[in-house]
Amino acid sequence: MTNATPLLSVRDLHVSFKTNDGIVKAVDGVSFDVANGQTMGIVGESGSGKSVMVSAIMRLNFGTDVIVSGQILLNGIDLLALPESEMRQVRGRDIAMIFQDPLSALNPFYTVGYQIAEAYLVHHPKTPKAQVEAIVLNALDKVGIPDARKRIKSYPHEFSGGMRQRIVIAMALINKPKLLIADEPTTALDVTVQAQILELIDSLREENNSAVMLITHDLGVVAETIQQVMVMYAGRTAEYAAVQDLFDTPSHPYTQGLLRAVRSFDQSTRGSLVSISGTPPSLINLPEACAFRPRCSHEKGPLSACATQRPELRTIGASQSACHLSADEVSRVQREAFSK
Amino acid sequence: MTPILEVRDVKKYFPSGSSRLLQRPTGQVKAVDGVSLSLQKGKTLGVVGESGCGKSTLARILTRLIEPSSGSILLDGEDVTRLSGSDLRRMRRDIQIIFQDPYSSLNPRHSVGEIIATPLRIQKTVAKSEQAGRVKELMHLVGLNPEHFNRYPHEFSGGQRQRVGIARSLALNPKVIVADEPVSALDVSIQSQILNLMQELQTKLQVAFVFIAHDLSVVRHIADDVAVMYLGKIVELGPARTVYGHPTHPYTKALMSAVPVANPVSGRKIGRIVLTGDVPSPIDPPSGCRFRTRCWKAQDICASNEPELLDRGDGRVSACHFPELEA
Repeated sequence: MTNATPLLSVRDLHVSFKTNDGIVKAVDGVSFDVANGQTMGIVGESGSGKSVMVSAIMRLNFGTDVIVSGQILLNGIDLLALPESEMRQVRGRDIAMIFQDPLSALNPFYTVGYQIAEAYLVHHPKTPKAQVEAIVLNALDKVGIPDARKRIKSYPHEFSGGMRQRIVIAMALINKPKLLIADEPTTALDVTVQAQILELIDSLREENNSAVMLITHDLGVVAETIQQVMVMYAGRTAEYAAVQDLFDTPSHPYTQGLLRAVRSFDQSTRGSLVSISGTPPSLINLPEACAFRPRCSHEKGPLSACATQRPELRTIGASQSACHLSADEVSRVQREAFSK
Repeated sequence: MTPILEVRDVKKYFPSGSSRLLQRPTGQVKAVDGVSLSLQKGKTLGVVGESGCGKSTLARILTRLIEPSSGSILLDGEDVTRLSGSDLRRMRRDIQIIFQDPYSSLNPRHSVGEIIATPLRIQKTVAKSEQAGRVKELMHLVGLNPEHFNRYPHEFSGGQRQRVGIARSLALNPKVIVADEPVSALDVSIQSQILNLMQELQTKLQVAFVFIAHDLSVVRHIADDVAVMYLGKIVELGPARTVYGHPTHPYTKALMSAVPVANPVSGRKIGRIVLTGDVPSPIDPPSGCRFRTRCWKAQDICASNEPELLDRGDGRVSACHFPELEA
């Protein structure tokens, strides 16, 4: 990884929710770094804790029933220790977020021009009106909205899904944040529009030298846009690797299963698809040992480390992987399933 | 051989634009605009396209959940377009539907046993005393534990709920099942479980599927034939292998190239065609070829003449004035 101080450094983050049925450990001890200008990907199935984790970085889900511990360091400052008034300054200025559904992220009662200007004015109060308008127009231009001068007076419902997502991106980037968090930004969009939006995010990242955290469940999107990937399972990090290593030599049995499932779509015609048996576990009363054990094909039985100890992240081959399998066993599995 | 399902020039126009009370509608949304298809027994027809291309409307027309504006639907050679009353009810035994969202398509107040038995109760194909047995048989068939028949939908995961939906669609031994995005609400690792199940069931029961999806790789995997739709029309139709191997319509080509490949080396933006703009509104579709506003090959003729579906060899047709033919 990088030698310089990372832009964002998350250390041993835990987020739990108190519910009537017990404590839900949505994020359970996750650590990672994001460097300036880097695109980091977080992959996982629904319920793996990826969205809860990024809202914790923005401190968006801190109700009374939420327990958070650990550190979230942005340029060395712990966001979890900031008072709310200072956190408000960080949101939108240093860290901005794009949500999955652009329609619910926009207020239907205000014009898009007003909403984008608002995002700017929160952090730059008392800017002259003409100047704000120029900045908003410029922002809309950059995200590729034609005829921006006319469109700032339009309401969200007058735009298509892809255009709305562009508006949300314009709003997120108007203060040139150092970190952009995109939570499933293209899941609600069609593939042809998805390609446009991913290219847009990437070119804007390059232009501003900002870092991007892209949350997705689509391994295809990961392969195209991301440098460093974290695979999450049941609120924990299963594997952490550079994108090329993750796809060439995946170390964790869960990553291997996911990749084989996806690739069997791409390759075979009409054969049986590879799938991972079973379903993701409930996050209430997660086993202290390996969370993936009930679905794992390399599991070693009820008395082995798989069933008794929680696997820590350690270096296996080119990745960091939370698995008890020895490096030899992992490379044997990789050879069998992933050699060309 | 008579196809099990045949659709001839089906159209569905929805009235639109009447914002004021008692005012006549001023426009029409041409959701499906002249679609013809056929499906053989035990085969799968995939229908792909972006949102708003009319694929879900087509699914509802096929299952007679909505009436087509014109055109006809033939089920096993019999015209079922105008059936009503008891005839319509009898026809419904032969064509069933699986919905996209396994959460909203199951009644939360009914146990899964009741849900799966509903078609049997309505159609009375099985004596009351034998219904429980048939429900358990169906649950076993789709890989659910038959002992769980009195549990409620919320006690099941997304993948298991979709199995309940499949069991319900199979209850009457239909000849055709229309599956409208059956796996798009599920996680990748679960998607493959459901697709494997559908293929097994097809081999076992010889049921034909109309498989509607926006995910091209899912359709390639499961379909024998593929229809690509754009703004209410079929732009390309043919055997899956041919259409995916050498798409002849520019839209098909762009659609295929836009799918991100889960492999950083081979996938990364090689030959990617990024379409500009969005799908135009179906209220006022472009003249001539509907794809021309986003097409990089468009010429004057595309605006004036609408291209017809023409044979491009290997049992495939496409509608384009400048098709991508093999060199």
